[in-house]
Amino acid sequence: MILLVALHVVAACGAPVALRRLGRRAFWLLAIAPAVATGWALANAPIRGSAAPVERYEWAPSIGLSLTFRTDSLAWLLLLVIGAIGVLVLGYCAAYFEDDEPGLGRFGACLTAFAGAMIGLVTADDMLLLYVFWEITTVLSYLLIGHSSRSRASRAAATQALVVTTFGGLAMLGGIVIVGQRAGTYRLSELTVPAAQDADGVLVTAVVLLLVGAISKSALVPFHYWLPGAMAAPTPVSAYLHAAAMVKAGIYLVARLAPAYAQLPAWRTVCLVLGGTTMLLGAYRALRQHDLKLLLAFGTVSQLGFLVVLVGTGTEQAALAGVTMLLAHALFKGCLFLTVGAIDHATGTRDLRVLSGLRHRSPGLAAAGLLGAASMAGLPPLLGFVGKEAVYTTYLATEADWAPYVLVVLVAGSALTVAYSGRFVWGAFRDRADAEPSPFHAAGPVLVGIPLLLAVAGLIAGPISPLFEPALTEYARLLPDGGGEVHLGVWHGFGAPLLLSAATLLVGAGLVAARRPINRAQTAIGHRTAPYGADEAYRGGMRRLDHGSVRITGTLQRGSLPLSMALILLTTLGTTGYALWVAKPVPATVRPYDDLAQVWVALATGVAAVLAAMARRRMRAVLLVGATGYGCALLFLLFGAPDLALTQVLAESVSLLVFVLVLRRLPSRFDDDDRGRRLLRLALGLGGGALVTALALVVPTWRTRPPASTGLAESALDFGGGRNIVNVILVDTRAWDTMGELSVVIAAATGIASLIFIDDTRLAPTREALARVRARRGGSDAPPQGAGVPREGAGAASEGAESSPADAPSQRPLWLREADAMHPVRRSLLLEVVVRLIFHVALLWSVFLLFTGHNSPGGGFAAGIVAGLALALRYLAGGREELRSALPVPPGLLLGTGLFLSAGNGLASMIVGGQVLQTWILHATLPAIGEIHVVTSLFFDIGVYLVVVGLVLDILRSLGSGIEDQGGLSLDVPVPTGPAEGETR
Amino acid sequence: MSTNITLALVCGLLVGVGIYLLMARGIVRAFLGVLLMSNGINLLFLLASGNAGRPPLIRGADTGQDGMTDPLPQALVLTAIVITLALTGFVLALAYRAAEAEQTDAITDDTEDARVARAGEADAESEVDVLADPTSDDEPADGDVGAETGPGAGATR
Repeated sequence: MILLVALHVVAACGAPVALRRLGRRAFWLLAIAPAVATGWALANAPIRGSAAPVERYEWAPSIGLSLTFRTDSLAWLLLLVIGAIGVLVLGYCAAYFEDDEPGLGRFGACLTAFAGAMIGLVTADDMLLLYVFWEITTVLSYLLIGHSSRSRASRAAATQALVVTTFGGLAMLGGIVIVGQRAGTYRLSELTVPAAQDADGVLVTAVVLLLVGAISKSALVPFHYWLPGAMAAPTPVSAYLHAAAMVKAGIYLVARLAPAYAQLPAWRTVCLVLGGTTMLLGAYRALRQHDLKLLLAFGTVSQLGFLVVLVGTGTEQAALAGVTMLLAHALFKGCLFLTVGAIDHATGTRDLRVLSGLRHRSPGLAAAGLLGAASMAGLPPLLGFVGKEAVYTTYLATEADWAPYVLVVLVAGSALTVAYSGRFVWGAFRDRADAEPSPFHAAGPVLVGIPLLLAVAGLIAGPISPLFEPALTEYARLLPDGGGEVHLGVWHGFGAPLLLSAATLLVGAGLVAARRPINRAQTAIGHRTAPYGADEAYRGGMRRLDHGSVRITGTLQRGSLPLSMALILLTTLGTTGYALWVAKPVPATVRPYDDLAQVWVALATGVAAVLAAMARRRMRAVLLVGATGYGCALLFLLFGAPDLALTQVLAESVSLLVFVLVLRRLPSRFDDDDRGRRLLRLALGLGGGALVTALALVVPTWRTRPPASTGLAESALDFGGGRNIVNVILVDTRAWDTMGELSVVIAAATGIASLIFIDDTRLAPTREALARVRARRGGSDAPPQGAGVPREGAGAASEGAESSPADAPSQRPLWLREADAMHPVRRSLLLEVVVRLIFHVALLWSVFLLFTGHNSPGGGFAAGIVAGLALALRYLAGGREELRSALPVPPGLLLGTGLFLSAGNGLASMIVGGQVLQTWILHATLPAIGEIHVVTSLFFDIGVYLVVVGLVLDILRSLGSGIEDQGGLSLDVPVPTGPAEGETR
Repeated sequence: MSTNITLALVCGLLVGVGIYLLMARGIVRAFLGVLLMSNGINLLFLLASGNAGRPPLIRGADTGQDGMTDPLPQALVLTAIVITLALTGFVLALAYRAAEAEQTDAITDDTEDARVARAGEADAESEVDVLADPTSDDEPADGDVGAETGPGAGATR
């Protein structure tokens, strides 16, 4: 069965290509897929309850989701209908469309995929799987209804169908989850055993939710309005989706669940009341349509209500009648829709007030329409009559107090059905005395033949119905006996059912005869009730939703950033505050401090923070915030988190540097808010601070479970091969998390570069300068006497072109290689000497931190920042040329290599058969050094290191030299006002 | 486990001052608020993880965790610190770009949002109805659903 679905997927994928190459003929090729499904169903023909074919593939066992398919007799019947009508509809498309129809490829793909989804839907034995297919059909239906995507009405109708059926689908999903969780299984074959579950409020809720899904899909009241709207679809789609297949999904669901839940009172109420109402309302509305297709659409709504009554009744007899009517409806409604399609194709209209003389021009089409309508009306000996006989027999014999009422509704509905069937035939095929025959161009053998084929099938199926009765009874027997005996067949002798059939036909004929007064009355009533219809309610609701959302957006998003942030903050504080207020917790025990030093550091940090808030000068505020950062680092250290303290100190330093670089280009003072706004900010700040303090006081004593890190020390040593648990967590236990973080860092670095350089033209000078530096290095690193070495020649040539001051090796600066490029005023000999002395020491330290980080404080993050700081010193002392010379690679190279190392580490671990990012400990003995252990997560940490170095290099290149290049504000030239006072305003 | 009052107060103070700064209009000033808040929240992580103790480093073969601080929140905070650093670079690049364009890093109200707000009020008064009623008898031929769809209809146009 999964192969059947897969076949349709393959066909759907190939459809656009096939339709482009072969034109509309390719539809015949696509029809192979449903033809195979039909063949498979026929090959498995007599399905016995116990021997239903089952296939099972695990999908997500943790949530109990599996790809389980099972074809019992009900699924088999629907499979047959979907497959056979699918073949006919696809074949019909080959004649219906023109080769140059816009969007034909997409259409063919959607229609074929839809057939596959329906097959999956009816054969799925897992409710979650059923839901997946259910939603796929919804989406495909949306695409198919909206086929004429340029038409606004078509788009609106598609959206309406989507909204209504998705709403029902979501309700259904809720029901599925409740039922599945209660029963402990999502398998339909296990759930739908009668009386397997206790009835209580929860189950009733779940079942009603499931029914909401079914009735929205099958267009029952109050969701009926989407189906007539969906007639905006091309007619083959209407025939397939909105008559034979998709709307049957709801009927299928009701039929599928009836054995388990039909005995619940809520079930019967919903099915009988809504089904009956729908049957009457749909038939009544059908009687006043002028568009043949809309007439059929309302007729379908009516018939769907009829079917829900039958399969929802929950007795063996009603179920047999129900599936018989389901089969009959698929045949006659498919036939009628395709007939209308052919009429539309041949005459260009579907308006029954215009059509005239068709029966002479196309007798085949007239025969098909007549037979289809006769089956719909329930004329003997067609299958529609057989079904209706079974229905009347069932309800005459059912011993329940509601049975007579249901019977009355069904007879009335059937009489109306006869009336609109008559209206259809009369409207489509009559001769009008007052009008010329409609212009007609031949519809072609396919467009006439296929409806005729369906009509004849309905004609033959009636008399031979006793032959296939056993296949249908197989399903019906799952339900309890409702009294009486029902068999399929054309002739059961004179009796009450036949009498009722005759009465139905008579009343129907009377309604046809009295069509003029009825029409007038309907028009009058229709005008008065239109504003209260479900359709109007839907549109009003959607309108209000639209306007409401725009209003809310407009109210909340005034375009003011402080307002937006205040809303977010208030929400956060409000929910947290409410939780605190409700719980009113009191910290179990408190201690003033762990260490007296904490108090002093805390005091200093607090003072710095408050002063930072009061500062008017940017630089002062930045330095004070930096001071709080260092204060926090000390608090981390005192608390017992040396790794954090180290990283915090280093990061704070880089952060300060970044601020200094950027503040060169900003006004030296902050803009000030007015007093009222300041007070508001103060109030919010005080509230937030108080709340967080309260939270911080109670949170530590709220813990109810042991920490997740319990026992981590042992596994860190055994599996991670490291003694620094924090580092092991970063590079092993939660390495995925770290990878994600590296990606964020890379994204930020890329963002910084993009913000500064914006496009390639601004980046080009930087790139060229880097290339120059590399060339120069290549040249000067070569031995001086190696004049014949081509590298040096190339280097010298490029130097000559830019007339750099550092072209002769004899003039090499003493301390920093490229510092001569700076303006002499900006140079500081002292700084150059110090940088020269400590640069390599710092680099060495960073490598040390990297390699020992697994066992003592350090690791890739801290080490990377140390290396970055060393680079920053080179930049500050020697300028941008010096920075390029210090590390002459683009930052992207470092970032990319770093991520590659980290991810590659995970991949390598998988290749050798471990889990992703698992750590391996390698032992080796080296001469002179002795035994060493290499932990593979070291390579991960090297990746982290490279990414962090790349980040800092990117910051220095963009916010440092990039800003210099652009603003003309450079460390190279003297700036009279000083770096913090830049000439900005 | 007991609560360290000193640390709790520092957390609250840093977050409170952070909020005060965050609500300011300039990018740099608001971002200083973010930095203060993130410092405060990082402290809260540590505070919530338990009492102060010895660092989470294994000495010798002793893998007992008694008296050791919880390493997990520390790993989380460590990544947070580096992310904040990356964010600092990014936001300051933004501030630089804003100052280049507007001569100030102050954020003015977004005119586009204000336009949406006005449009919402205007829209509520006009009734734009997208779905034509396919069942109405007034329009000839119920053409709104049919006319565009059938290929026959297309051929006659």
